[in-house]
Amino acid sequence: MNPEPSFPLGIITQIRGKCIVMRGSDIDTDRIIPARFLKCVSFQALGEAVFADDRTQLKGEHPFDLSKNQNASILIVNENFGCGSSREHAPQALLRWGIRAIIGQSFAEIFYGNCLALGIPCVTTTEADILQIQNTINNDSNENWSLNLTELKLKNPYRSWDIKMNQGPLEMLISGNWDITSQLLNNDKKITDTIKKVPYLNNFIPIK
Amino acid sequence: MSSGTLYDKVWDLHRVTELPGGATQLFVGLHLIHEVTSPQAFSAIEEKGLKVRCPKNTIATVDHIVPTINQSRPFEDSLAEEMLLTLEANCKKHGIKFFGIGSGSQGIVHVIAPELGLTQPGMTIACGDSHTSTHGAFGAIAFGIGTSQVRDVLASQTLAMTKLKVRRIWLNGKLSDGVFAKDLILHVIRLLGVKAGVGYAYEFAGPAIELLSMEERMTICNMAIEGGARCGYINPDSTTFRYLKGRINAPSKIKWKDAVNWWLSLASDQLAVFDDEVKIDASSIAPTVTWGITPGQGISIEEQLPTIDSLDPNERPIAKEAFAYMKLKPGSSISGLPVDVCFIGSCTNGRLSDLQAAAKILKGKKIASGVKAFVVPGSEKVAKDAEKEGLDIIFRSAGFEWRKPGCSMCLAMNPDKLSGAEISASSSNRNFKGRQGSSTGRTLLMSPSMVAAAAIKGEVNDVRKMLKTN
Ligand code: SF4
Repeated sequence: MNPEPSFPLGIITQIRGKCIVMRGSDIDTDRIIPARFLKCVSFQALGEAVFADDRTQLKGEHPFDLSKNQNASILIVNENFGCGSSREHAPQALLRWGIRAIIGQSFAEIFYGNCLALGIPCVTTTEADILQIQNTINNDSNENWSLNLTELKLKNPYRSWDIKMNQGPLEMLISGNWDITSQLLNNDKKITDTIKKVPYLNNFIPIK
Repeated sequence: MSSGTLYDKVWDLHRVTELPGGATQLFVGLHLIHEVTSPQAFSAIEEKGLKVRCPKNTIATVDHIVPTINQSRPFEDSLAEEMLLTLEANCKKHGIKFFGIGSGSQGIVHVIAPELGLTQPGMTIACGDSHTSTHGAFGAIAFGIGTSQVRDVLASQTLAMTKLKVRRIWLNGKLSDGVFAKDLILHVIRLLGVKAGVGYAYEFAGPAIELLSMEERMTICNMAIEGGARCGYINPDSTTFRYLKGRINAPSKIKWKDAVNWWLSLASDQLAVFDDEVKIDASSIAPTVTWGITPGQGISIEEQLPTIDSLDPNERPIAKEAFAYMKLKPGSSISGLPVDVCFIGSCTNGRLSDLQAAAKILKGKKIASGVKAFVVPGSEKVAKDAEKEGLDIIFRSAGFEWRKPGCSMCLAMNPDKLSGAEISASSSNRNFKGRQGSSTGRTLLMSPSMVAAAAIKGEVNDVRKMLKTN
């Protein structure tokens, strides 16, 4: 775990650091953070519990326990990562462990949105590239990687790979507008207008 | 792009504006909150000095962490107690209606909102829980959100959302005896897969769906999320209106006609355009049971478990993982597999009709020795109605425990848990590794009747045979 990680803030265009590989498809939120750790009124302690059950089973051999992976910030996964429940505890646990970006073949939708809302970009690339990236990290080195969102590239000191991210989320991150609450509140007058036209909040008076 | 569907109509009505990032700002008509995903959201708005924008459109209850044996306060588990205290304080401070233990209306959030008539056609409904899709049974657009979105809804009663595509799942025919909504949805997820719904809303339609009661429709929409679809819905019809009429929060007599007319106008048009459509025959569905670690790994009770070779190459790795975790042999039969624990409850199958169906099987019978079996009604109202009919007595005399309402062993955030590698026959919705409270615990999803049948024999078996002997 990172000592006192600083959380994402404002404009996010680049994430540098070590990579960590987590192989397997359909890794669900119950695995990322087993349900018994959800009993908390704050997210603070979740980082230590990330992948708790998997880690117990692997007795120190789990990627999140290997010493070379400590302080890693870029997580490389396979397909449909984060499927399962809508609980934000899963991205929160990853965030608090130190993860700042995730690269995979595909992501579960709610998980993807929850990550974005925390300032964690989830970017995608092809199955072949993911395998190559994972092998490169595990066989060569996991040090000195960078994910560049403006160039849409993942790089190590020797080469780079193209990555993809949908335009909407990408713009939110690079413009620093992923803090969505303030954006929503800016439209307060329009919210009031909407409330006025929704039939069930207006006695079902037939719309002319 | 879809047009003329219920989803399109409800979406357009609730659209506040388009946001710079390309998402739509969507108004949320009903916001349901509970103790697990709301505390951090409340702290977040307080840190920013914000208030709850529409406290009247926000409803709270406590379900995930409540113990089901002794509910007296303070709870034995101090963390659970702290979560409930936090929720109570937040509701009080922000003027939010809270249905607590003993109010008569406490229960699983997706059980109580329909029960109270809060869930209505044409609404947008959000809750920090993925099974919010349940409310789609009424022709609402209902979806699960994460804690930061709970914060957004508390602060603004709106959300940033991207419009989904719409897939119509047309179910022909009708379910045969001993086959339930749970079997239908497990069958659909098995056919389409757990990822097929990503990016889609599922409209469930067709003769087999129209015949279903509201409670059965809720079972279907509840599990849309297990098929990857963030929301699932069914067009409102006379069944919907009959269920709603007279409920405490339903439109009053004077408004009823206007309400019904509006609701009817929301149903997908005859000429609606869907992004995709699949047709499935419901009459050939048999009781269905999951054997693996995703809700898509289901088979009919008549079948053998798949062999690795018989599976699509993409499914092989997860199947291998499932066989190893479940300690099952490819090609073996699911019927006859011994079970240790039988659980009837959850927002999928913890309603009155579910308990009635299971009690019908259990009446006058005893559960097998060595099996631990318990019923957790979905809400205080379900419990009360069931007790009025004497269902609690049927369950108890059969050897089931009759518990207090809550989520219980659906996700085991309370004391109800599997231990070690126990196998449970469960009427809940998720069979993920470790879901039921033990990191090696194994879950077989099935209908409440099938759980009852498994309890009697101590092994998975075809409930239809018991129907014949009754
Ligand atoms: S019963 Fe299970 S799925 Fe439903 S809300 Fe509770 S924990 Fe979630």
